[in-house]
Amino acid sequence: MTTVKINVNGKRHVHEVEDRTLLVNFLRDTLGLTGTHIGCDTSQCGACTVNVNGRAVKSCTMLAVQAQGAKVLTIEAMARKGKLHPIQQAFTECHGLQCGFCTPGMIMATAGLLEDNPDPSDDEIIHGLEGNLCRCTGYVNIVRAVKRAAELQRGAQ
Amino acid sequence: MYQFNYVKAKSLKEAGELLAAHPDAKLLAGGMTLLPTLKARLAQPTHLIDIGSLAGIKKITLKTKKLVIGAAVSHHAVAVSDEVKKAIPALARLAGLIGDPQVRNRGTLGGSVANNDPAADYPAAVLALNAKVVTARRRIKADDYFQGMFATALEPGEIVKSIEFPLPLRAAYAKFAHPASGYAMAGVFVAQVGKHVRVAVTGAGAGVFRWSAAEKALRKNMSPAALDKLTVDATDLNEDMHASREYRANLVKVMAQRAVAQLAGQ
Repeated sequence: MTTVKINVNGKRHVHEVEDRTLLVNFLRDTLGLTGTHIGCDTSQCGACTVNVNGRAVKSCTMLAVQAQGAKVLTIEAMARKGKLHPIQQAFTECHGLQCGFCTPGMIMATAGLLEDNPDPSDDEIIHGLEGNLCRCTGYVNIVRAVKRAAELQRGAQ
Repeated sequence: MYQFNYVKAKSLKEAGELLAAHPDAKLLAGGMTLLPTLKARLAQPTHLIDIGSLAGIKKITLKTKKLVIGAAVSHHAVAVSDEVKKAIPALARLAGLIGDPQVRNRGTLGGSVANNDPAADYPAAVLALNAKVVTARRRIKADDYFQGMFATALEPGEIVKSIEFPLPLRAAYAKFAHPASGYAMAGVFVAQVGKHVRVAVTGAGAGVFRWSAAEKALRKNMSPAALDKLTVDATDLNEDMHASREYRANLVKVMAQRAVAQLAGQ
C-alpha cells in the first residue's frame, strides 16, 4: 500500500491505495468520478483518457502511484458553473456522439489535440484522435465537432 | 494484475541497487508495454522500480557530432523537440508515428529500446543510425545490441541511460503501419552517416535487421530505382493473420524505396 497525494480537478486528495491500483480505478472507485469510462482496459479505446500534468493519457494504463504529486483533470472539470466547455458544446451542436460511451475520452483527447494544434485540418484531427475508438458514429460528426470546438475556442461564434 | 511493490527510485544508482536486491523486479518508465503485460498476467514481477521521472535521463542534448536522448524522454518530447528536428528530422518524424497521442505522451525511448519489440519503430532508427545504447556500465553498439525478438545485449540489472545518435548526412523512415494497432508491418529506416549507408528493417522479421544488399546498392546509387532489381528473402520473415511473409518481403522493398525517395532534396 502507498499513500498518494494527487490533485484532481483542483482538489487535493490523499488516499492509501494498493500499488497495483490503476489511475482509472482510483478516479472511479476511490473518488467516485465515474465520468471517466473503462472501455477496453487494454489501452486501445481511449475512453479512459484524462489529462495528467498537461498531457492526455490513458488512465487505464497508468498506476495511481505513478500520478503521485500530479495534477489530474477529468471530464468532470470541463463544464464550469453549469456552462458547457466549448468542446462539449461543439460535440452537442454537431451531434458528435450516439451512445456517448466514448465521449468523455473523445473530449479529453480533443482538449489535448487543440492544446497542441488550435486549428487542425481533418487529417490532423483523424491522426490526433487515433487513440480513441467510437463504435457508433463512423467519426464523421466527431471530426466536425472537433473543427467546431477549435472555432469556438478561437473565439468564433 | 498480480500484486507487486512499487518503488519510485530517487536515482539511477538506487534503481540499480534495487534491481540487484530484487532479482524479479522490473523497471518502469512510461509503462506502455509493461502495464498491459501485467494486466494480461504475462509477467509477475515482485517490484516495479519507477525511473520514469528521473530528471537526469529526461534530457535531449545536441552536441557537435551527436544527439543524446535520455532513456526517459517520451515519444512526444522527441517528436516536438527543436534539437531533434534540427539534427535528425527523420527521428522526430518517427517518434510522431508511434502508437497514438496518449501513448506518445507516456511511452519512452529507453523503454522501447530495452523492450525491443520486433515491430517497434525506434530499433530501426537506432540500428540504421549506428547509434550507441548507453548504460550505467558501458556503451553498446547498435549492431551488437539488438539480438532478435525481445532480446538485447543488456545484462541482468543493466539500465539504459541514454541513446547516442551520430548525426547523419541525411535519413528517412517509411512505415506501413497496421491500421488497428499502429505497429509496423514493415518499417524501413535509411541513413547516410559519413560514407556509410545503413538500412534497418523493423516489423517484418523476428527482430530489427539490416538489409545489406540494399545498403550496397544505395551506396552506389542513392535512388529508389537502385532497389528495383533487389528482392528480400522471405524465408525468415514473420507470417501471421495480418500478412504472409512474401507480402512482408515486398512491403520491406516498397518502404525502403519510399524512404529513399524522401531523402531526395535533403
